[in-house]
Amino acid sequence: MLSIKNLHASVEDKEILKGINLEIKAGEVHAIMGPNGAGKSTLSSIIAGNETYEVTAGEILLENEDISELAPEERAHKGVFLSFQYPVEIPGVSVTNFMKTAINESRKARGQEDMPANEMLKLIREKSELLEIDRKFLSRSLNEGFSGGEKKRNEIFQMAMLEPKLAILDETDSGLDIDALRIVANGVNKLKNEKNAVLVITHYQRLLDYIIPDFVHVLMDGKIVKSGDASLALELEEKGYDWIKAEIQ
Amino acid sequence: MSKYTEDDLKVELENKEYEYGFYTELESETFPIGLNEDIVRAISKKKNEPEWMTDWRLQAFAAWKEMEEPEWANVNYTKPDFQAIAYYSAPKKSDPNKTLDDVDAELLEMYKKLGISLDEQKKMNNIAMDIVVDSVSVATTFKKTLGEKGIIFCPISEAIQEHPELVKKYLGTIVPQKDNFYAALNSAVFSDGSFCYIPKGVRCPMELSTYFRINQGGTGQFERTLVIADEGSYVSYLEGCTAPSRDENQLHAAVVELIALDDAEIKYSTVQNWYPGNKEGKGGVFNFVTKRGLCEKNAKISWTQVETGSAVTWKYPSCVLKGDNSIGEFYSIAVTNNFQQADTGTKMIHLGKNTRSTIISKGISAGKSQNSYRGLVQISKNADNARNFSQCDSLLMGNNCGAHTFPYIESKNTSAKIEHEATTSKIGEDQVFYCNQRGIPTEKAIALIVNGFSKEVLNKLPMEFAVEAQKLLEISLEGSVG
Repeated sequence: MLSIKNLHASVEDKEILKGINLEIKAGEVHAIMGPNGAGKSTLSSIIAGNETYEVTAGEILLENEDISELAPEERAHKGVFLSFQYPVEIPGVSVTNFMKTAINESRKARGQEDMPANEMLKLIREKSELLEIDRKFLSRSLNEGFSGGEKKRNEIFQMAMLEPKLAILDETDSGLDIDALRIVANGVNKLKNEKNAVLVITHYQRLLDYIIPDFVHVLMDGKIVKSGDASLALELEEKGYDWIKAEIQ
Repeated sequence: MSKYTEDDLKVELENKEYEYGFYTELESETFPIGLNEDIVRAISKKKNEPEWMTDWRLQAFAAWKEMEEPEWANVNYTKPDFQAIAYYSAPKKSDPNKTLDDVDAELLEMYKKLGISLDEQKKMNNIAMDIVVDSVSVATTFKKTLGEKGIIFCPISEAIQEHPELVKKYLGTIVPQKDNFYAALNSAVFSDGSFCYIPKGVRCPMELSTYFRINQGGTGQFERTLVIADEGSYVSYLEGCTAPSRDENQLHAAVVELIALDDAEIKYSTVQNWYPGNKEGKGGVFNFVTKRGLCEKNAKISWTQVETGSAVTWKYPSCVLKGDNSIGEFYSIAVTNNFQQADTGTKMIHLGKNTRSTIISKGISAGKSQNSYRGLVQISKNADNARNFSQCDSLLMGNNCGAHTFPYIESKNTSAKIEHEATTSKIGEDQVFYCNQRGIPTEKAIALIVNGFSKEVLNKLPMEFAVEAQKLLEISLEGSVG
C-alpha cells in the first residue's frame, strides 16, 4: 500500500526527517509514536503533500506509484486521507456542502459524474449514524465553533465519507474525552478492512487500546529507531522514551 | 512540482478574459459628442416628451453646470471629459411598438451570448424583463400578464407618455435633480430606464428584471429607474449589467428611486458586472450611481447587491426611513480584482419612530485592487427607539490589495441602539491545504471559501439570481488569488 524509502525532508533548511523507511501493507494498522518534536506531524503532512516542507531525498510510493511529485488533491484522489491534528474552520461552508464538493471533485478526477443527490443523502445518513453524529451538526459551518471532540469526530466522518485507501490519523486522540475517543475509535475500526490501511500518529498509548496496531514504530529525531508489535506501545507507556535513547546510543 | 499553486491561479485569473466583452454590430443612431442645452432638448425631443419633462431636464442641466465632481471617495481615476461623450445612442431599428418577434436578429443574438433567452425567461423563470441597450429600452416581456393585476412595468420613456401623473408626482422626489453631480447629469440626459408601479395591496407575482448593456463605444449610459410600491404591495426587482471590453473608460451614471408607501415592501437586487478593465487597469466602466429609497409607515426596503465589475464604483444604495416602524436593509458583496476600485456602502437615515436598519457588507479584494465600505447611520431627534446593526467583513487575497472601512454614525436620540461589527481576514494557506487534502483543487477551494464568506448576502438574493451570482464570484476571482 504505502512504501516510504529513505525519506529526507526539511523546512527552511532545517532537516526534520533524516531517512525514514516504512512499509505498510493493505489490511494493516501501523502506529508511529515518539516524543514531541520528533517529526511525527511532519511525516503525515509530507505524505499528504503539504508544500511547507521540502522533500530533499527519498520516495513515497502509494500502490507502487511515486506520489511525491503530486499535488495534495491528486494524492487525495488516489486515496490518501489525513485526519488533521488541528482541523481549520471554513466559515459559511456547511459540513454537508463541503463533503459534497470533496466527493464530487474526487469523482470528477476519476472521470465519474457527480453523485446523485439521493445517493449522497443516503451516504451521509449512513456515515453519520456510524459516528453517532447529530444531523443538525451537518448543517453547521465546517469546524466553526466546534468543540475539540466535535472537530475530531467530524474528521473521522469525512474519512468515512471518502473511503480512503490510506488513512493517516494525526493525534486524533488529543482533545477527546473517553466517550468521544471510544466513538472515534469504533468508527475507525468499522471502516478498516483488508483493502485499506491506517497509520496512527500518537503521543500516548491511550488510543491504541481501542485501535489495536499490528506494528508500532518509534520516531526520534527524524528517524524510526525501533519497531515492534502492540506490546511496544505498552512498554513505552510504562518506561517513557529515555530507555530507547539510551539503547540506540 | 506539478502542483497548481495560488500563483498559477493568479496568473490564469489575470489572463482570463472578461466573458461578456463582445461587441455586437448593430446599426445605431448616436448623437454628436458633447453636452449643452441643445443636446438636452434634442434628447427630450427624440423621446417626444411633454414640455414639463423638457423643463425638468433643463433645470437639472443648469444645476449640473454649477456643480463639481465629488472627490471625497477613496478612489483615484482620471476624470471623464464630459464633452467627449455622446449622450444618446440607440440601436437604429428600435420601434417601441413592435413585439418581441420583431426585435433585431443581431440584438437577439447578443442576448443569447449574454445567456438570456427571452423565450426561456418567459416560460421558465417567471421573470418579467426589460432590456436597456445603450440608451433605449428594447424589449419588455410579460407586459400582458402584469397588466391584468394593474402592475405597470415599462420603459420610463413610455411611462412619461402613458402615465405622466405618476412620473410627475414621484420623479426626483427621492433623488432630487441637484442631489449630487452625477444625479444632476443623469436628470438632464437620461434616455431610458425602467418604470414600475405596483397598485395598492398587490403582491407582484413574479420577479421584475431589467438588463442593462452598454454596447456602443464612446457613449455613456444614463438610465433612470423609478419603482413605486403603493400601500400594502410587494415587489422584488432585479437588475443586471454588462458591457463590451473597451480600452477607453465608459461612464455609467444611473439613478434609481424607490418609493415604498405605507405597509409596502420592495426588494431590489443588483448583479453588477460592467467591464472592469484589463489586468493592467486599462479601460473599464466608471460606475457612478445614486440609489435611494423612501419608506413610509411600516414599509420595508431591502437593497441586495453583488458588485463584481466596473473599473471604479461609487455607489451607496440608501434608505430614508421616514415612516414609523419602517425597515431598511442593505446586503452587499463587492469584489475587486486587478486594478479595480470600489467605494460603496449605504446610508440609513432614521426619521420615524421604531425604525430598524440592518447593514451586512462583504468586501473581497484581490490583485492590486482597493475596496472601501462607506456607510452612514443617522438617527434623527424624533426617531425614538431606532435600531441599527452593521456588520462589515473584508476578505483579502494576497498582499497587494487593500480593504478600507469608513463607518459614520450620527445619533441625536438617546434611545437609539446602534451596533457595529467589523472583521478582516485572509484566505489562509492552511484552509486551502485542508480543502486540497480532501480532493478539492485550489481554485475550487477558493471559490468555496469566498462563497462561504459571502453566504449571508447570497442567501438574500432570489434563487435564480443567487446561482448566477455565485458563478460570477468564481469568474471574477478566478486566477485573482494571491
